[in-house]
Amino acid sequence: MKQYLKNTWEGLYTVFVGMAITFKHLFKPTVTIQYPDVKVPLPERVRNRLYVNMDDCIGCDQCARACPVNCITIDTVKSLPEEDLGKTSNGKKKALWVTKFDIDIAKCCYCQLCVFPCPTECIYMTDVYEFSEFERENFIYNFATLTNEEAEEKKANYEKMMAEKQAKKEAAAKAKAEAEAKEKKEEDNKEDKSKDDNSDKEKGSE
Amino acid sequence: MYEILYDIFGSEILAYIIGAALPLFVFILPFALFAVYLERKVSGFMQDRLGPMRTGPYGLLQTIADILKLIQKEDITASDTDKKFFNLAPYLVFAGSYGAFAAIPFSGIYIGSSADVGIFFIVAISSLVVAGLLMAGWSSNNKYSLLGAMRSAAQIISYEIPTVLVILTVVMVTGTLSLEKMTDMQTAYFWNWMIFGGAGWTLNKILLIPFMFVAFLIFYISSLAEVNRTPFDIPEAESELVAGYHTEYSGMKFAMFFSAEYANMFAVSAIAVTIFLGGYQSPFGYLGNTLGWTWLVPIEQLFWFTAKGIFFVFVQMWLRWTLPRLRVDQLMAVCWKYLIPYAFINLIIVGIITLL
Repeated sequence: MKQYLKNTWEGLYTVFVGMAITFKHLFKPTVTIQYPDVKVPLPERVRNRLYVNMDDCIGCDQCARACPVNCITIDTVKSLPEEDLGKTSNGKKKALWVTKFDIDIAKCCYCQLCVFPCPTECIYMTDVYEFSEFERENFIYNFATLTNEEAEEKKANYEKMMAEKQAKKEAAAKAKAEAEAKEKKEEDNKEDKSKDDNSDKEKGSE
Repeated sequence: MYEILYDIFGSEILAYIIGAALPLFVFILPFALFAVYLERKVSGFMQDRLGPMRTGPYGLLQTIADILKLIQKEDITASDTDKKFFNLAPYLVFAGSYGAFAAIPFSGIYIGSSADVGIFFIVAISSLVVAGLLMAGWSSNNKYSLLGAMRSAAQIISYEIPTVLVILTVVMVTGTLSLEKMTDMQTAYFWNWMIFGGAGWTLNKILLIPFMFVAFLIFYISSLAEVNRTPFDIPEAESELVAGYHTEYSGMKFAMFFSAEYANMFAVSAIAVTIFLGGYQSPFGYLGNTLGWTWLVPIEQLFWFTAKGIFFVFVQMWLRWTLPRLRVDQLMAVCWKYLIPYAFINLIIVGIITLL
């Protein structure tokens, strides 16, 4: 009987204790963050989407080589000697046209290994993390500032220059060869002459 | 109320139909919309969350969006169900819970039926819900539905006993079954309410107060079980039985069950308010009487009635986030070993006091 009354009392009493606790929570400030409207500040060294500042890129290909998943593709073309590409912000002279700088962000594993070797600190992680896409192709980010036509032009320029150089070289070689040939001829002629002389002499001696 | 409607429409049948449909369209459906929103908000705040926030300002349009979704949804009837009963069950359940509103006085001028057997009628018609639930569970041809329905039937029938015993206790004191007359007895100030022993400063009243509190507690606990709310929600036990008896229902038929559930929540709160807490009576006089605007009094009464009712609906939600679900044996133990003996003892003591 005592136990029965005790059970009754405890049953009721504990319900009221529980209700007091939940009632307190009714007025506690909520912990919800309304995500798209309010965002939690990210930690300082957070690793998210890659960005390349093409003004500083010298096209050294070190990031592409450091990438463990090969998500960076870089194509470069040498500039002409008379072209001035300017300098990077830390004073390095740019010598290459970067015709292609593609990052396949779908492949990227956010390891940040590409960031450390960069000599001009032009590739870095940003704090952007909302970049979902409907098409997989849209994940290939093109950072190259040159348009396709420009890239083709630069390539053609370079090839032309190289061709010209080649031609010059060939011409020079030809000229050299010709000169050499001429010299040889002259020498031959000389020899002939001396031979003649000799024969003359021989003749004379006869 | 019917006289007014008769004056407007000029036809007795039309007046009765409109009078009967009035609580449904003016009260139950808006209440269900509001209660679902309230439930989600209260749940949210009690768990330190925000609840719905994206649909409309503070998520106010969330339930309207939900209703639109339910209307658009396909009404699926699985091939192995007993179609006749499967389709009948939600209407029966809704009719059962809606029928209870017929005898509840919403305000001084509106009561569906002022029959003298008011509370008896409510107890009787609420039992119809059990038939509907059992029908739904059995015809679904699904083990979870059947289990849920069986549990529900066992639970509701068991908990009806303490409910009826408590109602009997109150009826002994008031001497009437009519909810309208019960409400009239508790007029003027809040110390005239049944939970404080009823009107009049007599020895009986003082002696009755503790026993009325016990009666109210028993009534509230068992009414929770009758509407399948936590901690007595084993018929729906979402972690055990998917959704209990309405697992197989979708679309509007599911919405019928859902609105019946919320209508029931208000119905039991309204009965508790009517028999213990003065029904539509204001706790401290009416503004309409003070200012001499007699038309204001019924509106104030409706306000007090809904305010008290919604408070107890809120308590139901509050309990939902406080107590875990009971096991089946615990549920039956609470009913048969605790509530029924206490209700009987209470009945006898109150009977002796009223004889004094």
